[in-house]
Amino acid sequence: MANKVFHVMYDDDQTLLDAARALVAQGIRVKEVFSPFPVHGLDPIIGVKRTRLAICSFMYACTGTALSILGTWYFMVSDWDWNIGGKPNFTWIENAPAFVPVMFEFSVFCGAHGMVLTYLLRNGTLPGMPAENPDPRTTDDKFVMEITTEDNHMSAQDLEAKIRATNVFELSIKDY
Amino acid sequence: MAHAKTHFEIPAKTKTWSTIFMVLGLIAAVGGWFFDKTDHHQYWWANLLICGFFFFALSIGAMFFYAVQYAAEVAWTAQLKRIFEAMWSYLPIGLGVVFVVLLAGQLHMNHLYHWMDPEVVDPNSTSYDKLIANKMPFLSSWFFWLRFVIYAVVFIVFSRLFRKWSLLEDTAPSLELHLKQYKRSALFLVFFAVFSSTIAWDWLMSIDVHWFSTMYGWYIFSGMWVTTMIFATLLLIWLKKQGYMPGVNASHIHDMGKWVFAVSMLWSYLWFCQYMLIWYSNIPEEVTYFKERYDHYMIGMWAIFFCNFAIPFYTLTSRDAKRNPKYLTRVGIIIFITHFLDLYMAVVPGTVHGHLQWGLGEHVAHITFAWWFEIGMFLGFLGLFVSVVLKALSKAPLVPVNHPYLNESENHHI
Repeated sequence: MANKVFHVMYDDDQTLLDAARALVAQGIRVKEVFSPFPVHGLDPIIGVKRTRLAICSFMYACTGTALSILGTWYFMVSDWDWNIGGKPNFTWIENAPAFVPVMFEFSVFCGAHGMVLTYLLRNGTLPGMPAENPDPRTTDDKFVMEITTEDNHMSAQDLEAKIRATNVFELSIKDY
Repeated sequence: MAHAKTHFEIPAKTKTWSTIFMVLGLIAAVGGWFFDKTDHHQYWWANLLICGFFFFALSIGAMFFYAVQYAAEVAWTAQLKRIFEAMWSYLPIGLGVVFVVLLAGQLHMNHLYHWMDPEVVDPNSTSYDKLIANKMPFLSSWFFWLRFVIYAVVFIVFSRLFRKWSLLEDTAPSLELHLKQYKRSALFLVFFAVFSSTIAWDWLMSIDVHWFSTMYGWYIFSGMWVTTMIFATLLLIWLKKQGYMPGVNASHIHDMGKWVFAVSMLWSYLWFCQYMLIWYSNIPEEVTYFKERYDHYMIGMWAIFFCNFAIPFYTLTSRDAKRNPKYLTRVGIIIFITHFLDLYMAVVPGTVHGHLQWGLGEHVAHITFAWWFEIGMFLGFLGLFVSVVLKALSKAPLVPVNHPYLNESENHHI
């Protein structure tokens, strides 16, 4: 028996939430949801794990701090010790307050850019990557829920009946 | 039972402890007066100013935050507004303590404010100080006291009106009343924007009268804001623990934690910017402030800065930390105390210059600080503040009954 994939379309985020809640209550696993915007409260219903993006961001920012310390030390102290406003840079630590703005900015720079790149990479939405959403309307005003028979221990007919019981806007069923 | 949950009753244990603290404070104040052999009891007066200003700042900080909630039409804090109303009920007392210190200065019972001495601005006197004399248009006593009266009138009138309208809403709600609170809050913020800076110049920056910093007003303001948020968060967690405020959920605690975190970063930013620019430019007229602190309070100054910056930054960055009331309480207590010490660092170096004459009778020692006196004064004022706040809290329903955003606040979810 071929595996089926259901692409269930809803035209409202509240309808989507209600449908997801109803389906999950019947033991159905929702594989993925495609939505034009983040739907508040959807993650805990379909069992999406807490994002670890913040931890990544912290690590990128720490990298930025470390690099900027290394950079300011090399450029301003070690390679050519600058004397700005009567403050000769013989040691890094004595001039540390002057380097704090650089350290701050570079930490934010690395944290922010690293986070954006990780986000795009993880979602597969870097520029030029093939689109994964099943229907272009999910970038406009429609919401699509992806459910597969592979994930759920029930027949395609049972699954379809349960899905149709929700307030469906459009349903497409494909083999995969 | 339902009545007991909507109306706050002060637990007997809390009453006992706040009374014990006040008694300790009184002992410290009386003892400190006899031990302080510094000229004109300078250290004693400096400590009174710190305690007076710190808790006064908590009450105007509460008014500021309350007004921001109305002016920005914030919904999630609708349930918490009584906490801020209770905090500003201390306002007249806080203002009174500061008034006593300033009046004593004016009557030359203390020399916290060097410029209050008429000799230094008299061109014929040997102690004539041109730099201070140049500042006299602003610091002349009639203008100084006029400003004090304006501050007092504006803060007291607005605090009374806000409270009156808030209680009126419980019995006779109307949209007009809400819109009036909205408009008056915006008006109050205009006054507060100016006064938060000028108060800092008048009462704190003028201690180091040869020095000035354009960032000082914001530095003091951010300090009062963060302590306000810490105190409100601790009070909220404490009330929640006793079963009050059932509509307050983890999201409210989380958002209060965010405020503590965010304003701590604002304070750190302002402190460091003020320091770094002065340190870098290294101009004599600007470095006097930090020179004073470097000479006698070097370790203290940096330790307080790192505590106020690094502790909230590293402990409150994560989401789980801000949603954990126990953890938030511990961090809150630590940074509440270190922010008090920050105000100590703003007042004491310019008034006693790291040199106290301390002791009884002939046994006078030369020391930098007297720990039992400071701790006692802090605890005394804390006890007074807490008992006044809790008393005000018990006088009205703990959660406003008819606030238009109450439903939205109860369904707050982040």
